[in-house]
Amino acid sequence: MVTLKIDGQTVTVPDNYTVLQAAEAAGIHIPTLCYLKDVSQTGSCRVCVVEIGGRLQAACVFPVSEGLEVKTNTPLVRESRRTTVELMLSNHPQDCLTCLRNQNCELQKLARELNIREIKYQGERSHYPIDASSPSIVRDPNKCILCRRCISVCSEIQGVNILGARERGFETVVSPAWQEQLVNTACTNCGQCVLVCPVGALTEQDDTDKVWAALADPDTHVVVQTAPAVRVSLGEEFGLEPGTIVTGKMITALRRLGFDAVFDTDFSADLTIVEEANELLQRLKNGGRLPMITSCSPGWIKFIEHQFPELLGHLSTCKSPQQMFGALAKTYYPKKAGLDPARIVTVSVMPCTAKKFEAQRPEMRSSGYQDVDIVLTVRELARMIKEAGIDFVNLPDGEYDAPMGISTGAGLIFGATGGVMEAALRTAYELVTGRTLERLDFTEVRGLEGIKEASVELNGTVLKVAVAHGLGNARRLMELLRQGKAEYHFIEIMACPGGCIGGGGQPIPTNTEIRQKRIEGIYAGDRNMPLRKSHENPAIKVLYEEFLGEPLGEMSHELLHTSYTPRLKYKVALPSQGQERLAGNA
Amino acid sequence: MGAANKQCCCCQSMRASDERYQKLADIIARYAGQPGALIPVLHQAQEVFGYLPQDVQVLIAEGLDVPLSEVDGVITFYSLFTSQPKGKYTIGVCMGTACYVKGAAAVLEELKQQLGVDVNGTSADGLFTLNVTRCVGACGLAPVMTIGEDVYGRMKPEAVREILDKYIQAEQQAKA
Repeated sequence: MVTLKIDGQTVTVPDNYTVLQAAEAAGIHIPTLCYLKDVSQTGSCRVCVVEIGGRLQAACVFPVSEGLEVKTNTPLVRESRRTTVELMLSNHPQDCLTCLRNQNCELQKLARELNIREIKYQGERSHYPIDASSPSIVRDPNKCILCRRCISVCSEIQGVNILGARERGFETVVSPAWQEQLVNTACTNCGQCVLVCPVGALTEQDDTDKVWAALADPDTHVVVQTAPAVRVSLGEEFGLEPGTIVTGKMITALRRLGFDAVFDTDFSADLTIVEEANELLQRLKNGGRLPMITSCSPGWIKFIEHQFPELLGHLSTCKSPQQMFGALAKTYYPKKAGLDPARIVTVSVMPCTAKKFEAQRPEMRSSGYQDVDIVLTVRELARMIKEAGIDFVNLPDGEYDAPMGISTGAGLIFGATGGVMEAALRTAYELVTGRTLERLDFTEVRGLEGIKEASVELNGTVLKVAVAHGLGNARRLMELLRQGKAEYHFIEIMACPGGCIGGGGQPIPTNTEIRQKRIEGIYAGDRNMPLRKSHENPAIKVLYEEFLGEPLGEMSHELLHTSYTPRLKYKVALPSQGQERLAGNA
Repeated sequence: MGAANKQCCCCQSMRASDERYQKLADIIARYAGQPGALIPVLHQAQEVFGYLPQDVQVLIAEGLDVPLSEVDGVITFYSLFTSQPKGKYTIGVCMGTACYVKGAAAVLEELKQQLGVDVNGTSADGLFTLNVTRCVGACGLAPVMTIGEDVYGRMKPEAVREILDKYIQAEQQAKA
């Protein structure tokens, strides 16, 4: 521990603290911009400057030491911070009123905190084309303030390395290599960059207008599904605590928006588990490719297609719950409800930007139509609810429609890292042993540790499993697998840190503490469900009896399973060895 | 993905047997695994190829296990690296203060017109690359233009055509 003085206040903190952390501990607020706890400490924006020994230092990177004297509120500090932000504003489009991040923008907040009343510098402005090539993410470099948080998260957390800084000085721009459009890169569409962008330079593709149009069309029957992780975060958009379970209010809001049927992705998550557990058992029995790896996370799927195409055979052939739902919503559901499938529009509410890409994949048309028509992120749904003037917090609770709204706790925990594994183990155990599982909670696979391992005994054989979340951790696990050092039977991977509760379509901010609270919400929800094992879902049993036949049967293969596409890592053809590996196709 | 893949297979194999790529592989092998290898490798690769085309950038990224975004970032940060092919002769128009006030801008404009390129561009015949330089230290001769190692002082726009033709003719004679 060291003792230092901040604004005359004596503070004692651990000796590995920065001045910023010490000030926080003392209850002194230092404004920051590029700083991003747990991810990025580049000290590049100079907003957090403080005075130490008469000189300005960046508090976010300056280490504490014994006897240090820090001043956070002097004329020099205030002037420097203000000038820094004024210079940023001088090259920033002042279109706050129409910006997606209006009122949730860190630059806007800083300008207010620092009491900036005019933009003194009227100089040159950057003019870049907006990159809206990706179905998931829009890049507007004109709004970028070069904080580099997106670069940090894309490289250090996700290990995807698409975004970087090019050129220098005034010409500096954050972009993929060669100013390539996102759609031509190995971007996974995970959207973690969107979550950390302090301004509106990285945003989701907004599909709300498409949904409004479908809802307004009297000839359509608009069906909505809500992903497990949405119900523990949507409330944040309306001022509720992270992790608050708002399932009932969300259902009522969706009905009031005009959806004809409100269904639950938890239902198809249960279905995924029944198919996937059976697939795992079949691979174990028939000597199929092991370890089997989960396939629910579309960011992860695109990642492995680009980075490890030779490992695609390890992926479960199960579609994600979103896509299983879509395929059934245009086959099973209209048959049961007496509707024309051509009139059905399927909308999903997802914690995810990559789901927008997944819905558009050419393989995802097994109903004869595009199985999922429109994907909304949590943020987009919140905007629609606000636009409709719905007083979300005071809504009465509603209930999902049957049959595709019936689910179990196992479907719900898909929303958190380790959840798919735990749900699969609950079902696999009972399928193999024929005994009732006494202890439902596989706590070893829960939580925010990067790579988790567990062993489960199934009738004498020990099943070894691993769980990774965040693509950087996924890459480490895949490197081991490639070297033959990953001796597991089953691996779960989710692209985003924390799993879907930390997805790129979640409310902003999303940070470690908020992820933790959403995870707690998910497991609390699971504990309170009357049914907690996917194979016990009565609606799933009926679905097999009436429509699908049996797990892994012919109908399942047609509607619920898929194949994967090796993709290039770079868009340029190479002359030398390695060509075969890279030149799969795109 | 994209047009790059549409090259015919004979070009591919020509490139594969191109000895420059073997040299590149040797350079990469010499530096692989060393920290701080990127800049010296880019330097030597540019000496081999004359510039840093996209496939070379990718081979360096893969060979050194450095993200392509970082390779591209370094190349675009340092002005000595170029990802565009250079002409046989590099034309430098000094835009230092003395040359500027003596009318370097008009000379530059004339060069752009005559060559049909912008600054940093290379003429269609592959002969000239047009650059702007900082002060070359010959202010007494302002405005100054350099072509390769040759220096032209007290330049006027009217003189540009004739000087360019000298190089073009020399090239044609060399070919004949």
